[in-house]
Amino acid sequence: MSTPVFVGLDIGSSRTKVAVIDAGRQVLGHAVRKSGTDFSATAAACLDESLQMAGSGREGIVNAVSTGYGRANVAFVTTQSKTEIGCLSRWGRDRFHEAITIIDIGGQDNKVIKLDRDGRRAGFKMNRKCAAGTGAFLEEMSLRLDIPLEAMDALARRSLEMVKLGSYCTVFSATEVLENIRHGKKVPDIVKGLFYSVIKRVLEMDSHAGRVVMTGGVVAHNPYIVEMAGEMVGQPVVLPEFPQLAGAIGAALYALDETDPAGIRNNISAGETDG
Amino acid sequence: MAEEKKTTRKKIQSADRMNKIMADYFYGLNEAATTGKRKVAWCTSVGPAELLQALGFAVHFPENHAAMLGATRMSTDLIPAANAIGYSPDICSYLTADIGAYLSGITPLAKAYPGIESVPKPDVLVYNTNQCRDVQDWMAWYSKKLGVPSIGVTSPKNVNDVTDAHIDDVTRQIEALIPALEGIAGVKLDMDRLRETVSLSRECTELWKRVLETAIASPAPITFFDGTIHMGPAVVLRGTREAIDYYKVLLAELEQRIRDGVGAVDGETSRIYWEGMPVWGRLRQHSELFANLKSAVLASTYCSSWIFPSFDGNDPIRSMAKAYLELFIVRSDRYKEKYIKEMIAKFRIDGIIYHDAKTCPYNSNSRYGLPGRVEAETGVPSLVISGDLNDLRCVSDEQTKTNIEAFIEQIAEGR
Repeated sequence: MSTPVFVGLDIGSSRTKVAVIDAGRQVLGHAVRKSGTDFSATAAACLDESLQMAGSGREGIVNAVSTGYGRANVAFVTTQSKTEIGCLSRWGRDRFHEAITIIDIGGQDNKVIKLDRDGRRAGFKMNRKCAAGTGAFLEEMSLRLDIPLEAMDALARRSLEMVKLGSYCTVFSATEVLENIRHGKKVPDIVKGLFYSVIKRVLEMDSHAGRVVMTGGVVAHNPYIVEMAGEMVGQPVVLPEFPQLAGAIGAALYALDETDPAGIRNNISAGETDG
Repeated sequence: MAEEKKTTRKKIQSADRMNKIMADYFYGLNEAATTGKRKVAWCTSVGPAELLQALGFAVHFPENHAAMLGATRMSTDLIPAANAIGYSPDICSYLTADIGAYLSGITPLAKAYPGIESVPKPDVLVYNTNQCRDVQDWMAWYSKKLGVPSIGVTSPKNVNDVTDAHIDDVTRQIEALIPALEGIAGVKLDMDRLRETVSLSRECTELWKRVLETAIASPAPITFFDGTIHMGPAVVLRGTREAIDYYKVLLAELEQRIRDGVGAVDGETSRIYWEGMPVWGRLRQHSELFANLKSAVLASTYCSSWIFPSFDGNDPIRSMAKAYLELFIVRSDRYKEKYIKEMIAKFRIDGIIYHDAKTCPYNSNSRYGLPGRVEAETGVPSLVISGDLNDLRCVSDEQTKTNIEAFIEQIAEGR
């Protein structure tokens, strides 16, 4: 018999993340894949991978909630979806018991969410319609510099003299990067400058209250950004376990919250499980 | 599948009557322009329309035309034509849409009202910069293009308290327009007619205020989105009996809804204030988005900007000056904060949405710290959404939706 589990599916613009938790709120399984163009199929593949990791199966799913950009596109989730801001807040409320500011850097957007000491959402902000400071910005720059995304963190750490980039706009920043290459600046110094630019764009979106916690795929793969952010805000910034999965875990927690006491409601429609 | 449930908007029955009087207005304008029976004046939205009505002009409102371009989603395709002749995509998208439409030989009037082929050719263009500098630049372009005079009032801005000095200034500017307008109209100003026109405007404005204040009821019988449509007569027909008669009918319908306990949004659970311009090309989507969230956007600065309590038929010109100066858009943030706090209390608001319109700084009140100050004093949460009134290239539907859904979640969780 499969372990009873609660599932959160975060279908982001860049990556799909699935988290599987148990009734004790522990993460049993997880998966991350590129969202691609068929959100439902990607979510189904992530779901099966994370269920297998959890030692469960689809029949073990007690409840599931979707979130993220493609939250309405998961064919096999039948409950109401939640926004990623709501899910990140739910995750933060569960993991921290103090006032925090969550800074989430996603593929397409950034979010700054403030929770008060009781875990209530005091406010939030999303970036304006602009890619500056998002994962998309770093993806664009990795292409321009011909550096794999996964190599950026190590490169930035080797910087001795960071190059400061002043432009607000991704396109203008790319021009600035090319100008710096022409002037013989070293690639590690440019990459650190790109990291600095991302942090600056995100930090200037809002004021910060309480501990600062960073989540999202960008910091999951580039933890140096969190260290740099800590220096900029003057206090250590928290990089939690599973930073990329925070929204998916929040969705799974909602799935757990919404389960009736008998724990028997199953919102995965058996006939549609192939997505 | 996690599909969104579709909500049908409740139709306001009086809308048919409004559509008829708006059609009569546009056909009347067209007849004036095509037959020459009446002189045509173009007037910016809170320009001296009462004076123009009293002088017998048929009055066209370019902002109304631009809003039609937005609501019909024609504007985004037309704005580039104005951009191409040097009018930046960063300036007023009413201006760029309207000039772009003229350059392209297109008007939504032609589709809505068979027989009308173009906007009515003006004999004079009259502006009041109480809205913004853009209206003056807008009329200047038509003045050069069409060879007609552009005259108007230059208003002070960021006014704390409207003083006698401000009113004296604008009164003199309105008086100074009269000889030129008399010359174009071919008649002398009849002060009795002006008094009557101003009195009618006052009556219209009082009824419009009562219409908007029906939303104090819970559930609210009318939303902001309804208001943006039903304000048509208050915008283009103020100073006329038709507008007054219409608002009496609309008010009766809304008061009946209150007696019957009928809300514009089924199961209203949160009450929202909208600060800033509507996104004209997304009125329906936004209306349905909020209705699906059982949230009523029921009060706004925008719709309330056609309430002019100072109009006084006994002192027509000076009261016009005072009314045009008391507008929200003319005022300082100190006044605006006080006004919004009063609206929050009056309409028992749970949250405020500020629309930061890319091309309309004058109607985007989120740029100088105002939302934070109001939130700190009232405890009512706020959200800023980025968008535009007419240029849909500046609108991100997914970001808007996520922001609004998260905001309504936050309000629900805060209870």
